[in-house]
Amino acid sequence: MSVVSLRNVVKHYTRGKERVEVLHSINLDIAPGEFLALMGPSGSGKTTLLNLIGGLDRPSAGEVTVGGERVDALSGGQLSKWRARHVGFIFQFYNLMPMLSAERNVELPLLLTPLNSAQRMSNVAAALELVGLADRAKHKPGELSGGQQQRVAIARALISDPTLLVCDEPTGDLDRETAEEIMGLLQMLNKQQGKTIIMVTHDPKAAAYASRQVHMDKGRLVEGEARTAAA
Amino acid sequence: MKYLPLIWAGLWRKRTRTVFTLLSVMTAFLLFGMLQGVNSAFTQSVRSANINRLYVASKFSMIEPLPLAMLQRIEQVPGVTGATYGVWFGGYYRERKNFLLSYPVDVRRYFDMFPEMQISKETLETLATTRTGAVIGVELAKKYDWKVGDEITIPSGIWTKADGSREWTFDIVGIFNDTGDSSRSNSLFFNYAYFDEARTITPGTVAWFIVRIADPAQSVKIAEAIDATFANSPQETQTQNEKEYAQAYFKQFGDINLIVSAIIGAVFFALLFLTGNAMMQSVRERIPEIAIMKTLGLSDLGVVGLLTAEALILCLGAAAIGMTLAYFMFGLIKSMVYAAGMPGDVILMGFGCATILAIVTILPPAWRAKQLSIVDGLRKR
Repeated sequence: MSVVSLRNVVKHYTRGKERVEVLHSINLDIAPGEFLALMGPSGSGKTTLLNLIGGLDRPSAGEVTVGGERVDALSGGQLSKWRARHVGFIFQFYNLMPMLSAERNVELPLLLTPLNSAQRMSNVAAALELVGLADRAKHKPGELSGGQQQRVAIARALISDPTLLVCDEPTGDLDRETAEEIMGLLQMLNKQQGKTIIMVTHDPKAAAYASRQVHMDKGRLVEGEARTAAA
Repeated sequence: MKYLPLIWAGLWRKRTRTVFTLLSVMTAFLLFGMLQGVNSAFTQSVRSANINRLYVASKFSMIEPLPLAMLQRIEQVPGVTGATYGVWFGGYYRERKNFLLSYPVDVRRYFDMFPEMQISKETLETLATTRTGAVIGVELAKKYDWKVGDEITIPSGIWTKADGSREWTFDIVGIFNDTGDSSRSNSLFFNYAYFDEARTITPGTVAWFIVRIADPAQSVKIAEAIDATFANSPQETQTQNEKEYAQAYFKQFGDINLIVSAIIGAVFFALLFLTGNAMMQSVRERIPEIAIMKTLGLSDLGVVGLLTAEALILCLGAAAIGMTLAYFMFGLIKSMVYAAGMPGDVILMGFGCATILAIVTILPPAWRAKQLSIVDGLRKR
């Protein structure tokens, strides 16, 4: 039973009169609790595929099923609610709100839930504790290091207990040491909390933390290789 | 309420721009409050006009003197139940800028004509029998700290006495309250006889007659009858009800309402572009953040709601500050426009304008944010 299932997924854009084929008939299954690294050269379609799985974009053809739900068939409003409930996003450049404190950033997904303020702040405190930033709750992103900002982003992604964690180059903007800390954290979430993680990366060292690597080239899956997770 | 910290943070994301936008909106509403306040003072005077009273003045000019002898003929017109008269005195206190609403009148007839001017019979009797006696409105008494028993000297900008002086001395014998037109509470009334004997020009004339009629429904007919009485004479008259008279009086300064509307219209038109540009810029800079909010699950309409709330807080807050400042500034201009103030309808109109301003200026960028594709928005990072 897959948590993510892609069947004959095609994605193309129209640029002027030109039709740009980005993904060609992609078929992919991801099992619950799997940590998948999606690798490949720039322009190979990794991020586009990740966007389709995360419900940020729609396929031109084919089916995207996540947690038994046909994501490609949802309306705009349904898709927003679905993302809020089922997907946590982690980006290369953290994408935090610069004017909000760490705790207010982490709280954002909970604003869409019926939780009251006390419940929200209690969950926020737990999430920040989990990523080791309880003492930085009141700091704004500009007052945090890159690694700390990415931890805040991870706490924000986790706060609504999503089915999937979708990570786009989560270590791309970090130094080696910090990147390893972040990857260790993601691996811990995968192993201890059973989170299904799909990660786009160029970095073989980051990919080594995944339980499976999938390679893409020119919009096609070219190779799949199961790996034992690193240390 | 749970979105308030997010809205507030968005509002102050670019502090300098927000402060400048706030200041420009605030200044516009300060002007709006002041001008509408002055306009409403004029409107209030017109609105509080009594429909039982007619004003008779020269057909050619409000300042053209009319012989007092006309009084008897006016009183004889059918439907007229009483009449009085008055003259512009043009007084001021110490300096010309301290303009004083001051009138020589037949005091018994005058106070009988205006029951809303509350004065005791004894005070009225004292006033009528004291040649240099004067009564003042309660607001005027407060303004210059004048009390009963004070002797005051008021220069007139118009009238010279037989001795060549323009300084007129009065003994304050009473203070009255007025439940109608607040400008009267800032006025001084004194005996016509004292004035008429002492002045050097146009003795035996008045500036206007005020007529009380029994049936307001007959006002047009009675006004026509009064004017017909003096038709083809050297003193042709124009008779109007109190409301028309008040309107004509204010029209001397120009169409206040039109002037105020034109100024405010021009200011708001300019403000629309200025605020609209600031809003547009603010949203454009936040495209990636808006994309993130959408990524986290905020709906397209939710985005529009957040941005609209931001614009409303900014515009309504600035309007509130601007109108509050205008309210306090009326204290400074009270000596020029007595009834200037901030009535409820001006406040409501102000907040209505602020709401429209916020919605009109935020709608185009908010619509753009609504239509924004998340993938395109994140790419702008």
